[in-house]
Amino acid sequence: MAAGRARTRKQVSFAAPAHDRPRIVCMNLLATVVLLPLLAGTSACALIGRGNTPARRLLTALAAGGVTLAALALLLRMAPAVFAGEVPAAGFEWLPQLGLNIGWRLDGLALMFGLLITGIGALIVLYAHHYLGSEDPAGKFYALLMLFMAAMLGVVLSDNLLMLVVFWELTSVSSFLLVGYWGHRADARAGARMALAVTGGGGLVMLAGFVLLGQIAGSYELTEILQHRERIVADPLYPLVLALVLTGCFTKSAQLPFHFWLPEAMAAPTPVSAYLHSATMVKAGIFLMLRLYPVLGGTALFEQVVTGFGLATVTFAAWVAIFRHDLKGLLAYSTVSHLGFITVLIGLDAPMAKVAAVFHILNHATFKAALFMSAGIVDHACHSRDLRRLGGLYGWMPWTATFALTAAAAMGGLPPLNGFLSKEMYFAEALAGADRLSWIVPAVALLAAVSSMAYSLRFAHDTFFNGPTRDLPADAHPHDPPAGMLAPVALLALLCVAVGLFPESTYGPLVRLAADAALGGPPPEFHLALWHGVNGPLAMSAVAVLAGFALYAGLMKGRALHGYLPRAWSGKLAFGCAIDRLFAFAGRVTAATENGSLQRSLLIMVAFAVLLAAAPFWQADALPAAGDRTLMPATPLALALWALLLITATVIAATHHQRFRALVLVGIVGLITALTFVGLSAPDLALTQLSVEVVSTVLMLMGLALLPQHTPRESSALRRGRDALLALVAGGGVAGLTWLMLTRNHDSISWFFLERSLTEGGGNNVVNVILVDFRGYDTFGEITVLGIAGLGALALLDGFRTRRPAADADGRAWAFEQQPLLLRVAARVVLPLALLASAYIYWRGHNMPGGGFIAGLMTSVALVMQYMALGQARAESLLHGAAGRRFTRWIGTGLGIAGLTGIGAFWFGRPFLTSAHGHPALPVIGELPLASAAAFDLGVYITVVGATLLTLSVLGAASKEDHA
Amino acid sequence: MNATFADVMMQMFRQHLAVLPVLLPSLTAVFMLLIGDRADALPRLRRIALVSVALGLMFALKLALEADSGALRVYRVGDWPAPFGIVLVVDRLSAMMLVLTQAVALPVLWYAAGGWDTRGRHFHALFQFQLMGLNGAFVTGDLFNLFVFFEVLLIASYVLLIHGQGRERFRVGLQYVAINLAASALFLIGVSLIYANAGTLNMADLAQRVPLVEGDAAVVLKAAALLLLVVFGVKAALLPLHLWLPATYAAASAPVAALFAIMTKVGVYSIVRVHAVIFGADAGGSALVAGPWLLPLGLATGLLAVCGVLSARSLPRLVAWLTVASVGTVLAGVGLFSPAGLSAALYYMVHSTLVVAALFLLAELLAAQRGDAADRIEPGPPLAQPALLGLLMLLAAASAAGLPPLPGFIGKLMVLQASSGIASQPWVWAVVLTVGFLTLLGLARAGSVLFWSERPELAGSGTPAGASPRMLAAPVALLGAGVLMSVLAGPLTRYTDAAAAQLADRRSYVQAVLGVEGVITTRPYGFPAPDGEGRP
Repeated sequence: MAAGRARTRKQVSFAAPAHDRPRIVCMNLLATVVLLPLLAGTSACALIGRGNTPARRLLTALAAGGVTLAALALLLRMAPAVFAGEVPAAGFEWLPQLGLNIGWRLDGLALMFGLLITGIGALIVLYAHHYLGSEDPAGKFYALLMLFMAAMLGVVLSDNLLMLVVFWELTSVSSFLLVGYWGHRADARAGARMALAVTGGGGLVMLAGFVLLGQIAGSYELTEILQHRERIVADPLYPLVLALVLTGCFTKSAQLPFHFWLPEAMAAPTPVSAYLHSATMVKAGIFLMLRLYPVLGGTALFEQVVTGFGLATVTFAAWVAIFRHDLKGLLAYSTVSHLGFITVLIGLDAPMAKVAAVFHILNHATFKAALFMSAGIVDHACHSRDLRRLGGLYGWMPWTATFALTAAAAMGGLPPLNGFLSKEMYFAEALAGADRLSWIVPAVALLAAVSSMAYSLRFAHDTFFNGPTRDLPADAHPHDPPAGMLAPVALLALLCVAVGLFPESTYGPLVRLAADAALGGPPPEFHLALWHGVNGPLAMSAVAVLAGFALYAGLMKGRALHGYLPRAWSGKLAFGCAIDRLFAFAGRVTAATENGSLQRSLLIMVAFAVLLAAAPFWQADALPAAGDRTLMPATPLALALWALLLITATVIAATHHQRFRALVLVGIVGLITALTFVGLSAPDLALTQLSVEVVSTVLMLMGLALLPQHTPRESSALRRGRDALLALVAGGGVAGLTWLMLTRNHDSISWFFLERSLTEGGGNNVVNVILVDFRGYDTFGEITVLGIAGLGALALLDGFRTRRPAADADGRAWAFEQQPLLLRVAARVVLPLALLASAYIYWRGHNMPGGGFIAGLMTSVALVMQYMALGQARAESLLHGAAGRRFTRWIGTGLGIAGLTGIGAFWFGRPFLTSAHGHPALPVIGELPLASAAAFDLGVYITVVGATLLTLSVLGAASKEDHA
Repeated sequence: MNATFADVMMQMFRQHLAVLPVLLPSLTAVFMLLIGDRADALPRLRRIALVSVALGLMFALKLALEADSGALRVYRVGDWPAPFGIVLVVDRLSAMMLVLTQAVALPVLWYAAGGWDTRGRHFHALFQFQLMGLNGAFVTGDLFNLFVFFEVLLIASYVLLIHGQGRERFRVGLQYVAINLAASALFLIGVSLIYANAGTLNMADLAQRVPLVEGDAAVVLKAAALLLLVVFGVKAALLPLHLWLPATYAAASAPVAALFAIMTKVGVYSIVRVHAVIFGADAGGSALVAGPWLLPLGLATGLLAVCGVLSARSLPRLVAWLTVASVGTVLAGVGLFSPAGLSAALYYMVHSTLVVAALFLLAELLAAQRGDAADRIEPGPPLAQPALLGLLMLLAAASAAGLPPLPGFIGKLMVLQASSGIASQPWVWAVVLTVGFLTLLGLARAGSVLFWSERPELAGSGTPAGASPRMLAAPVALLGAGVLMSVLAGPLTRYTDAAAAQLADRRSYVQAVLGVEGVITTRPYGFPAPDGEGRP
C-alpha cells in the first residue's frame, strides 16, 4: 500500500470523527511529496546555486529537476492505490485547539493536480535552465520555484482547511517573489505587489470563510467536512461562507473583477508565467471550487453566482485578448478567459460539467504551458514580444512555429486537438444549462469561442506569418532554440495531438478519477472521443471557427489592429489608483494625528482621563455625595497658607515663562506642602519634603544656568484658553475626588502596621518601619530609581559642554567672582555639624521622625553648600569626584548594602528583606535599639547622597569650562 | 561538606526563585557600578551582562516550567503576611512574561555588545536596571509595588532612550519623560483612590474586596480603574494615547528600540492583571469596567496604526507603527474578556514582541548597507547581503502581517475563533483581517523598494562588508524563536489557554496568596485590633 495508512472510500464515508483518525507522526510518503521540494529542494538549490558559474547553474537545475521528478515518482507510486479507490491519508496534530492540524489526503482530484504540478514542473525546470541568462541568479530562481511547487502541492494535498490556507498564502508569497525575480524592473515590482495584494488579500477573505465553514461543520478536516453537506447548505451563514470562499477562489483564479493582476504578473520570467500563470497557481482557485463542490456546490445560489462570474470572465477576457499587442499579455487574457471557461463548468449544476471542467483543466495546462514557453522562445530570440513588431518568424524558427501553431490550434479549439474536445463538452453543457438558467449561457459561450478563435489566430498569424518583422531590436536574431528549450514545448504540443486523438487512453482515467472526487461520487457514464456525430455542439464549433476567422480577418484588415491603442481605463489602473489613494489617505490620517507635538499628546491624555473617569459618574444613578466623617477644624493660619498656595500655583501657571521666578514659586509650593504635613502630624513627610525641596531647587537652578531664562511663547491665546479650561476640569475633578475621599471613613489594612510596628518591626516610627521593613521592597525599588536618576544625569550630560554666559540678562554674575569668605567659613563649620545631624537623624529614624532618606538629603544639602562655597573645581578635588566615577560607586555601594541586607535573610531561611531586631545593652551607651533594617537604611542613605552628588557634579561639570 | 553547601544553595535557589528575576539584574547592575564603566572594563562588563541575562533566562524558564503545573508560587517579601506585606506571585502569565523579557533581552544585549554599548555611559548597568524594573513589574502581586517597578523601568528607559545621544533622541526623550511623568501622576491618583475605596492594594485581596464594594464607593472605584486604564494605555500605546510611540521608538538606538518592544507589553500585562482579572467578569458591581472601551479602542488602534505603517517613510518608523498595530490586536483580544480571547492575545503578544524586536535590529543592519539612503524607504545602493537580509526581513514581515504558517497567523486565527459568536464578531473579523491585509500591502511596498529597487549609481556608498554573523545572530535568534513558536504552537497555546484559565480562577489565586478565602483583612481606621489575634 502506498501511504502508511490508506483507507478505502468506504471507510472514509464512515464519518469517523476527526480525532479517531489514524495519525502518523513519522514521515510518510504523502508528507514527503510536499516536504521534499519544501526543504530539500529549496535548500539544495539555494546552496548549490550560490556561485553563478555555468557548472553550478547546471547542478542547480539538476537538483531542482531531481527533486521534482522524485515528487512525481512518489505520486505515481501512490497512484495505483488511488485508482483502486483508496484515499491515502495521514496526519498528526499540530494545533488541535484551533483545529489546525497537519493532514494529508490524496484522492483523485489531488492526484490529478499533483501530477500536473510535478509533471509540468519538471518541464519548466528543463526549460528555465536554457531560458535564464547567465547573469540571472539560478539558485534564487530554482529555490523559489521549489518553494512554490511545495506550496502548490501543499494546497492540493491538504486535508485540513486551515493548513490549506497556510499553503495557499505560501503560493501568494512565493509568486510575489517569483514575479519580482527581476526586481530591478519597475513593472516587475508593481506586478509582484499587485499579485500579492489581490491573491493574498483574497486568501485572508477565504480564511474568514473557512473559519465559518469549520465552525458550521464542526471540524476543519476535509474528510469530515465533506460529510456535512446538508448541515452546511442549510445554515443561515451559507451564503456568507460561499461569498467569502468564492472571493478567495476568484482572486486566485483571476475571475472578473479580480482578473487584472494576472496580465500584470507577466513581468515575471516566462518559465514562471508558464508554470504559475497557466498550469498551476491560477488553477488553485479552480481546484478549491472543485474540492468544496460536494459541500458548497449544487445549490441554485452556487450555480448562479459561479456560472455568472465565469461567463462574464470568459467573454470579457477573450475579447480583450484579441487586442493585446504583447504576446504574453494575449496569453494572459486567454488564460483568464479559459479559467472563466472552467468556472462556468464548475458552476453548472450537472455532473458531466464537472467531467468537462476536469478535462479542460488538463487540456488548458497542456497547451497553455506550451504556448507560454514558445512565447518565451520568441522573446529570447527577438528581444521583443510586441506582436506589432514580430511577424514572419515561421521561416526563421520552423520547429518552434510548428509546435506553437499546434498548441494555438488547441487553444482555438480546432480538431483534432485536445482543446476541441473539451470545448465540445463545454458547448454541450452550455446548451443543457440553457434549460435551467437562460439562453444567455450558450449564447455567451459561443461568443467567447468566437473571440477565442480570433485571438488564437492572431497569436499564430501575427507571430509566425504576417511577415516580415517590423523594426525588431538590433540584437534580435530569430532562430530555433537549443533542443533542451524546445523539448518541453514539443512534448506538450504532441500531447495536445495525442489527447485529441486518443482521449480515453491518455487523460481519460485521470479525468474519471478526479471527477469522481469532485462530485463526491462516481460520475455518469461517458466516453471521451473526437467524434460524437453531427450535433448541436459541433454546429456551434463550426460557427465559432468560421466567425473567429472572419472576426480576425476583419480586424486585421490593413493591419488596423496594430493601430489599436488600449483604453485608458482598466482594472489595473483602478486598482493602482485605489492603492495610491489608500496610501495617500493613510499619510493624511497619520500626519493629522501624529504631528510630534507634546502638547497634543498631553492634551489627549488629560482629556481622555477626564472622559474615562467621568464615565462611571455619568452612569451612576446618583452622584456620590460627600461623606459624614467628622472633619478637622481649619485654623486661620492654615487657611491663609492654602490661599497662598492657590495664588502661587496660579501665578506659576500664568508666568512660567520666567523660569527663575517659577522655580522660586515652586519652592514656595513645596514649603507650604511641608507645612501642611506638619499641620497634619506627619513630621516624616514634612522633613522629607523640605529636604527634597532644597536639593531639587539647587539642582534645578544649576540646570537652568545651562538654559535660556525665558520660555518663548508658542501657543495662541485660544489654545491656552482651551488648555486652561481642560486643566481646570481635570484639576477640579481630582479635587472633587479627593474631597469625596477625605470626607469618608475607610476600612483599610493600615491597622496592621500600627499594631505590629513596634512588636514585630522593632520601631516606634510606623512610617519608617513601613519604609524599611513592611514595604522595604518598595523602598528598595525607589532608591534604585534615585540611583538610576543620577546615572541618567551622567549619561544625559556626558560630554556635554555648554557656553554658559558669565552673567544673566540683568548683568548679575552667575558665579561668585571670589567665593565669599563668610560662606566659605560657614560651609566649613556647617559641614561637620550637618554630618553629625544626619547621623543622628539616621540613627533615631526607626523610632522617631527621621531615617536614612532624610539623613541622606541633609548630608547632600550640606555638601551642596560646599560646592557653592568652594566652587566646583575645589569641591571636586576635595571629594575626588573624578567625573562622576566616585559617586556612581557610592550609588552602587548604597544599593549593594540595601540589597545584601535583604539577601542576608536567606541564610536564616527567610524571604528577601526579612528583618531582625533586638535591644542589646552596651556598657556605656545603655540599651541600644538595633534592627537589621538599620543596615538597609544605611544603604538608602548612601544611595541618596551618591545620587544627589552625582547629579550635582555632572551639572557642574557641564558648564565649568566657560570659566577657563 | 561541598555537597551540603550545594544542597543549601539549591534549597535557597528553590525557595527564593520568585525574587531572583529581580535581584539578579539588580545586583548585577550594582556590581557593574562598583566596577565602573572605564573603557578597559568593557569586555568584563559584557561578559557579566551576558552571563547574568542568560542566567535570568534560565531562572525564568524554570519558573515557567514550574508554573505550568498550575501551582502559584507565592513569595512573601520580608516574611510579612499578605496582604500587609508585599507578595510576589508567579503564575503562568508572570512566568511567561519573564521568559519573554529575558528571551528578548539576551539577543538584544548580544547585539548591543557589538558596539552600541560604547556610545554612552553605563549602558550595561542601565540595561540591567531596565530588566529589574520589567521583571519586578511582572512578578509583583501588589498594585503599589507595580507602581514602584513602573518607576524603575521607566527611569531606566528614559536613560536608555537617550543612549547614544543626538538631537532627535533628546527631543523625543523629553516628550517621553513628560508624558510618562504625567501618566505616573495618574497612576498614583488611581492607586490612591483604589486604596481609599478597597482598603488594600494586594491584588489577591483586591480580587475579593472589589466585588464587595458598593454604592458611591463603587463609582469612585470604577473611576480609579479607568484612570489606570489611561496609565496602562499610555504604556501600551492604546489609541488615543499612542502618539508618543512611533517617534520615540524610531529615534531610539536599535538595541534599545528592540528592548522597548517589551515595554508596551508591560502596559498590556497590567491591563490584563487589573482590568481583566481584578475588575474582570466576577468583580460584582465593578465588573468589566473597561469592557465598553478596550475592544473598540484596540480595534481602532490597529486601524490607525496600519495607516502609520502605510505612510512610514523610514524603516524604524514603520516598525514602530507595527508595534502599535500589534498592540491593537492584542488589546482587542484582551477586550473580548474571555479566556479564549485572552489566550489569543497572550500568544499574539509574545510573537509580536519577538518579531518587532528582530525588525528593529534588522532595520539597522539593513540601513548600514544602504549608504546615504540609510533607513529611508527609498531606492538605495545594492546591498552587500541582499539574499540573507531579504530572507530575514521576509520572514519577519510575513509574520507581522499574519501570513501563515508563522505565529502571526496563528495568533490572528485564535483571535478570530475567540470572537466567534459574540455580538462584535463582524467588527473584530473585519478589522483584524483588514489590518492584516493593509500591513501586507505596506510591507510589500517597503520590501520591494528596499530590496529590489536599486540605484546602482550609489554603489559603494554602503558598507562593502555585510553584517557580521555576530550581529546577525541576534535577529536570527529572535526570528528563530518566532518560528519555534509556530512549530510548538500546540504546547504553547495549551500554555496560554491554561494561563487564561488560571487568571479567570480568582478563588485559587486568593487562596494561594491569602491562605484562606473570604477573610476580612481591612478594619475601620483608628480602632484597635481585637485582642488575641495573631497574624492572619
